[in-house]
Amino acid sequence: MNQTNEDRFIITSGERKFSYAMIGVGVLSLLIGVILAFTGGHIWAGKVWIALLANSLFFLGLALTGMFFITSHQLALGGWYVVFRRVPEAMSQYLPVAGLLMLPIIIGMWTHSHHLYHWADPEAVAHDALIRGKTGFLNPSFFTLRYVIYFGLWILLALLWRKASLKEDMEGGVKYYKKRMKYSAIFTVVFAVTSSTMAWDYLMSIDTHWYSTLYGWYVFMSFLVAGIAAMILIITYLKSRSYLPAVNSEHLHDLGKYLFGFSVFWTYLWFSQYMLIWYGNIGEETIYFKSRMEHYPFLFYFMIVINFVVPFFALMTRDAKRKIPSLVIISVLLLFGHWLDFYLMIAPGASANEVHFGFFELGLTAGYFGLFLLVVFRALAQARLSPVKDPFYKESLEHHT
Amino acid sequence: MAKKKVLYGVFNDDHVLLDAVRNIRAQGVRIQEVFTPFPIHGIDEAMEHRPTGLHTAGFVFGLVGVSLMFLYMTWINTVNYPLIFGGKPFFSFPAFIPILFEVTVLSAAVGMVVVYFVLNGLSPIRQKPVIDPRSSDDKFIIAFSADELSEEEKHEISNMLHENGATEINEKVL
Repeated sequence: MNQTNEDRFIITSGERKFSYAMIGVGVLSLLIGVILAFTGGHIWAGKVWIALLANSLFFLGLALTGMFFITSHQLALGGWYVVFRRVPEAMSQYLPVAGLLMLPIIIGMWTHSHHLYHWADPEAVAHDALIRGKTGFLNPSFFTLRYVIYFGLWILLALLWRKASLKEDMEGGVKYYKKRMKYSAIFTVVFAVTSSTMAWDYLMSIDTHWYSTLYGWYVFMSFLVAGIAAMILIITYLKSRSYLPAVNSEHLHDLGKYLFGFSVFWTYLWFSQYMLIWYGNIGEETIYFKSRMEHYPFLFYFMIVINFVVPFFALMTRDAKRKIPSLVIISVLLLFGHWLDFYLMIAPGASANEVHFGFFELGLTAGYFGLFLLVVFRALAQARLSPVKDPFYKESLEHHT
Repeated sequence: MAKKKVLYGVFNDDHVLLDAVRNIRAQGVRIQEVFTPFPIHGIDEAMEHRPTGLHTAGFVFGLVGVSLMFLYMTWINTVNYPLIFGGKPFFSFPAFIPILFEVTVLSAAVGMVVVYFVLNGLSPIRQKPVIDPRSSDDKFIIAFSADELSEEEKHEISNMLHENGATEINEKVL
């Protein structure tokens, strides 16, 4: 009985207050933004919508990474991650909330409250032959239908997976393991398609004329790096509260390798996209980088430094991947860096280079952060932190890199 | 090369071997080498080996390779044989990056292979003696250098091996 209690995460009142305070900051920022948008300049309307979209997508990415992490490891018969499996599992439980938070973007598109998507404006489409050629895919009805399909499938599979996981905790046996295996296979196939099409829909279609064939992977990699950084931070936080005693430096080492490797791969895709456009030197393509390098030069270069140069050198040694302080610092940096990446994918195209990053965006992000933390903590508190009935639990304890 | 004497114990199981290594090290006896058919997790720590410098060598080789290649390409494209490609400047850094990346990987990889052979004393012309060919099949071996051991010490080590689960204990001149 005692052991069960120690293995149960209990949300302290301090954590609850912190989450609510963060949500409060976010709501306050949003209110200020909306008031400024109605009273003042058109820039503020753009600022609010851009920050909403960037945050909705970024935190959706953390939840999707949680889901992708457990399903891909399950499919590959991975055993080592089981000891901290509840953490990505809890992150995946944010998906329903992420779906709700994408709704304003869809509703705003129908009511023409925002101009994030140029193709959603019938007048612009009427005068633009290039966009007319894309209306078969990029039209409000199909866009909404895709939103329903994406989130419907993701949420359904995340909830089913979670249910099987919790049932397994009660009853044991391999029945639920096999069930999860089935859900994992379905999710992986679904996600292989939707991770790319989602990136086209919500991000690439902002710069409607422009396109890049590796954009989907690029966005997916940004999701993955940010998600693993978030996972490391949640695990280390739980460890600092003396939960998850079985997670040791071997598990952290492997997570650190993921962080290092996927950061490098993100850079590989970033540069591949950049170099082909630079080499081809076609105006329709180079405009994407031109607007970012000319109007957002600091963010543009700063993002590459903190997303590649710093983690590349800082995480290179074995010790840096195994020690908590270095991992935490790099994870925070990467989380922020990839948030900036999303902001830079959206802001220049959606506002004709007018909207810039400031305190308002930070405030709104704090709100999303608080909400994300609250959902994850609640999901963590729902079940034992160690999935002891998982067939691979023992293997996970013995993990050695 | 002078003849070397070794004393070695043969084990049937990798877990037994790992425990034996830990126990023997705990009693302060120096193990010369362990031979196993496959890598055993945790054996480095158990033998108290100092961490390998192979990674550092890889980093240094990569750094040297990338620097030299950068200088070489810059020299070719700006001084030695400048050509205009697609209207780009002679010194076009983005075009260098794929090659710099490949050369970093290549020089680090080749350098690490060479360092690996040097560190292990392996080369095509010098062959290391094999203590027991079964260590590449299904047996696990702990070997001690027996040149400077007295008869009592040998006896003690043999007992130790035996207590820790060795199935046979042999002495061999290489």
